Amino acid sequence: MRNFATLTRMRIQLTLRNRMFLFFSVIMPFGFFFLYAGVFAKGQPAGVRFFLGPVVALAVMGSFWGLSAALVMFREQGILRRFHVTPVTASDMLASSIVANYVLIFPTVLLQFIFARTIFHVTHFGDIFATFILISIGNIAFASLGLVVASVTNTMQETQVINQLIWLPLIFLSGATFPLAFLPKVVQKVSLFLPATYLVQGLSRTIFGSAHIWEHNVLISLGSLVCWAVLTFFLSAQLFRWEPEVKVPRKAKLLVLATIIPFLLLGFWENTYGNIPAQAQSALDSLSEPTKSAPSPDAPK
Amino acid sequence: MFMATPIIQVENLVKSYGDVHAVRGVSFTVDEGEVFGLLGPNGAGKTSTVEILEGLRDLDGGSVSVCGLDPQRDSQALKHEIGAALQSTSLPDKLRVMEALRLFASFYKRRRNPEELLKRFGLEEKRNTFYSQLSGGQKQRLALAMALLNDPKVLFFDEPTAGLDPQVRREIYDIIEELKREKKTIVMTTHYIEEAERLCDRVAIVDHGKVVALGTPRELKSHSGGTTRIEVRLAKPEPDGALKKLEGVADARELDGAYVIHSHRPPKTIVDLVKHLEAEGNELVSLEIASPSLEDVFIEMTGRRLRD
Repeated sequence: MRNFATLTRMRIQLTLRNRMFLFFSVIMPFGFFFLYAGVFAKGQPAGVRFFLGPVVALAVMGSFWGLSAALVMFREQGILRRFHVTPVTASDMLASSIVANYVLIFPTVLLQFIFARTIFHVTHFGDIFATFILISIGNIAFASLGLVVASVTNTMQETQVINQLIWLPLIFLSGATFPLAFLPKVVQKVSLFLPATYLVQGLSRTIFGSAHIWEHNVLISLGSLVCWAVLTFFLSAQLFRWEPEVKVPRKAKLLVLATIIPFLLLGFWENTYGNIPAQAQSALDSLSEPTKSAPSPDAPK
Repeated sequence: MFMATPIIQVENLVKSYGDVHAVRGVSFTVDEGEVFGLLGPNGAGKTSTVEILEGLRDLDGGSVSVCGLDPQRDSQALKHEIGAALQSTSLPDKLRVMEALRLFASFYKRRRNPEELLKRFGLEEKRNTFYSQLSGGQKQRLALAMALLNDPKVLFFDEPTAGLDPQVRREIYDIIEELKREKKTIVMTTHYIEEAERLCDRVAIVDHGKVVALGTPRELKSHSGGTTRIEVRLAKPEPDGALKKLEGVADARELDGAYVIHSHRPPKTIVDLVKHLEAEGNELVSLEIASPSLEDVFIEMTGRRLRD
């Protein structure tokens, strides 16, 4: 437990000294924030509140990127080897990655809420408790995804390719960039198979729809992300490698497929019985109605 | 003196990576307070052996015991008892020297004062320097300091001076000699003969995953007959059988285009050699004389040189 605490502190310290961190945790999330709030929402409080869910989700999800890269770099440079001759365990290493990431992402998310309040005059943020829980679970789930990526790739190059492959569908098909309701029906069906969709839609529900934690779709989001976080963390602990020369075992790819199963089942279920796209549509409708009635020259503040 | 059980016991150790048989039946023991060296060329299986002892790798056959523990089963307990400076390891670029010492000290139950180690290894002015800004020698001194953080019972140094320039290498030798005076048990690997002769109480010469000779440097050298090595290059090739017949010669063989002659009576051999070459119409291109070293033992056992 003490090893885990000191490692976490080191990881936070090192990340703050890293310029890459500045990009992924500061420039990118706030870039998205001002783009969405200022341009898409035209600075209107209701619009900013509508987009806050997707924006926060992007900041939370983006963490998998830096985490996988950091761990692979640690392994490639023989840094993990050095820890391996000490009593530090694989779970110390992995858990400290997740907690350090959580601590580092939180100020960013908090600042996004504060900016929404002070710059764009958003007065209501829906159910704050449910939002907080979703952000926390989402953060852990996507951090674990980063650890899995680090476990199944051998070199930094491979890691970056896989990250790109994950990131693009993650942001384009989940409703994080284009609201889910804008997407064609077929794409909506696909998006219901993605973990990201459940985070984005869950946050939209709690922030914009003021949904409580026990609302059906929020529970679905929460439950699926918890389940996924547990699976991916367990998997990353199984596949963890200290040594750069040790390559990914063949069974790893099969195990990775196993983590997809919950969302495969959930996707089928939601496509058949669920109402997430309909809910997203009505949220979008409720936003566009007042803006249609009062056309363009609203002064963005 | 009573007979203590050895602190390290290795019996018939076997380790393979796929088709590569890295370690093929290595056995040795190390007593408490001893500096034990594994000497051999790169790829001889030294690092694999050491990493199994440290509990970093699983073995495929045989048995090992370190501090009375099985490195595979009790690796967690073992790691509190050992200190190591590994090959090809590194620390995060943006970690400062003192932070590294404090961080790694925090992992152990028993620990030494990082401040004191900083002083002892001459890193005081570097305490706030990022790891990436240290020189090769400073990095290595930090690695040795870190290996001592838990006041370990056994120290493992894997190629402690590889890639360092001669002056820095001597600095590291001084540090290891000091540890030796403190009666620390040290297992080190090296492919430098000088290093093994100077630092080790006993040396196992390792080649192709096997121990080919084991003993104190003195024993090993006397094993090669206490002969002097004469290395010559000739204008024309010479059947080595002819060189063996020269006066005082114990052994002669061709090695990388040169002829290595081991002689009991170097002056006589040289005079005889020159006469022989004149008679054959051959010429001496160069001649070198070296006092017996572990290199000769290696050449004798393997027919190859130890150098890269």
